[in-house]
Amino acid sequence: MDAFPVPHTPQGAHALRLDSALALLRQAGQGEPAGLPDSPAYLQTLIDQLVDLSSRDALTGLFNRRNFELALAREVDRVARSGEPALLLMVDIDHFKLVNDKHGHGVGDEVIRMVGQALTDSVRPMDLVARIGGEEYAVLLPNCPPAFGPQVAARVRQRVARSSVRLSDSVALAVTVSVGGAFAPQWVRSTPGIWLQRADLQLYRAKSEGRDRVCLEHTAAPDVSLQEREMLLGSLVIQDSE
Amino acid sequence: MSEPLRATTPPANPTRGACITAITSGKGGVGKTLVAANLAAALARAGQRVLVLDADLGLANLDVVLNLAARVTLHDVFTGRATLDEALQPAPGGFSVLLAGSGLVEYSRMTPEVRDKLLDVVAQVRPRFDHVLLDTGAGISDVVLFTISLADEVLVVATPEPTSLTDAYATVKVLATTQAARPMRLLINQVQRAGDGRAVAAQLQQVVDRFVNPGLAAPVRLLPLGEVPLDSAVRTSVQRRQLLMESLPGSPAAVALAAAAARLLPP
Repeated sequence: MDAFPVPHTPQGAHALRLDSALALLRQAGQGEPAGLPDSPAYLQTLIDQLVDLSSRDALTGLFNRRNFELALAREVDRVARSGEPALLLMVDIDHFKLVNDKHGHGVGDEVIRMVGQALTDSVRPMDLVARIGGEEYAVLLPNCPPAFGPQVAARVRQRVARSSVRLSDSVALAVTVSVGGAFAPQWVRSTPGIWLQRADLQLYRAKSEGRDRVCLEHTAAPDVSLQEREMLLGSLVIQDSE
Repeated sequence: MSEPLRATTPPANPTRGACITAITSGKGGVGKTLVAANLAAALARAGQRVLVLDADLGLANLDVVLNLAARVTLHDVFTGRATLDEALQPAPGGFSVLLAGSGLVEYSRMTPEVRDKLLDVVAQVRPRFDHVLLDTGAGISDVVLFTISLADEVLVVATPEPTSLTDAYATVKVLATTQAARPMRLLINQVQRAGDGRAVAAQLQQVVDRFVNPGLAAPVRLLPLGEVPLDSAVRTSVQRRQLLMESLPGSPAAVALAAAAARLLPP
């Protein structure tokens, strides 16, 4: 029950306070929507612009974590329904803290932007590139056959390694990235969390194996290593000989 | 804890209906279907409404184990030639079965159609039973993995033989790393000496702890469902085409399977 009912006006838009929204859009470099300020078309454009703004990362213009999580959940559903393969890559800038410490945060920001651009340039328009943390990115590649995975991930890594940020006329700063990847389990009920975790595990592997490299989860038949087999069956032999 | 009233009360979780258990093995020929049928009979004897769904769409043999003619099959349901009710048939052990039928070979590859149809069948049977056992095919094909993903619990059946153990381990590994976490049970079949099954299960858990669990948010703990001794009664019952639980209920294998089924009952 409203103690203070909102007065009903025939032109509801007059009652809307749009100043902050318009200021935000101006700051983001977007023009004011066309049309009369209280027309549905104007408001729809305004809403669309705000939605776009809230799904993007301010520094890089890439999709932000919120939008990435939405897309990941959608993709898990889609893969489960259609069985189409999809690859998730987690990308992390190597030794980024050193960049900030040595060159300052301004250069750090430049590097973050440059890596974002390199990632966007290295994948298809249909792929989604997101900045999901400080120096961490995710690339979601729908309809990517497992056989192409290593090539795609390698291209992403190389593209970043070849890019650089100009510090002065004679000095350019380049960084490397570590990449971890996992394919969505086809057909089966899974969760975005598990997928993310699997890709993250590979990223961790790439970091611990020396950085500036790609680690992809094996997708073919589950691999049981010699070590695993020995541990599994070793005692069996002993038991039988007892 | 409250007095068990299993024989007369509806399922423990009436909103969700049956507990769906996928029975899988990796390698074929470890007695998976036999285990499914006899667990079902033991559960039925305990008053549970049980369905065994032959989810081995490519190479089903539940009908052979139960000596049933597959009159109306899952295939007929899939193609709209029969209703689910027409396809559900009573099995000798007092439970129901949904047979795959050989016509389902065409479904041995996963497609959106198979997916939707299986989902639909599982949704329809869930409210009508206390336990649904999905007898999956051998191996870890996409159909098998999908079928397992429909279940609330997974039962891995293995024998102490090296290839079976390796395949069981591979199955556990794939499920743990690609599918949502669920209770995973382990039954060791065809055990030569009492206690061997327990040793093998412990070994499997150790390898899982060492190679699979690190990095998992929810570590896999294989819940032991017991061991079933290698027993000539099994062969005898298969040759007679009778259910072990019916024809030789006092045999060591039947007793072990009954004990395993008791562990599947809600607490």
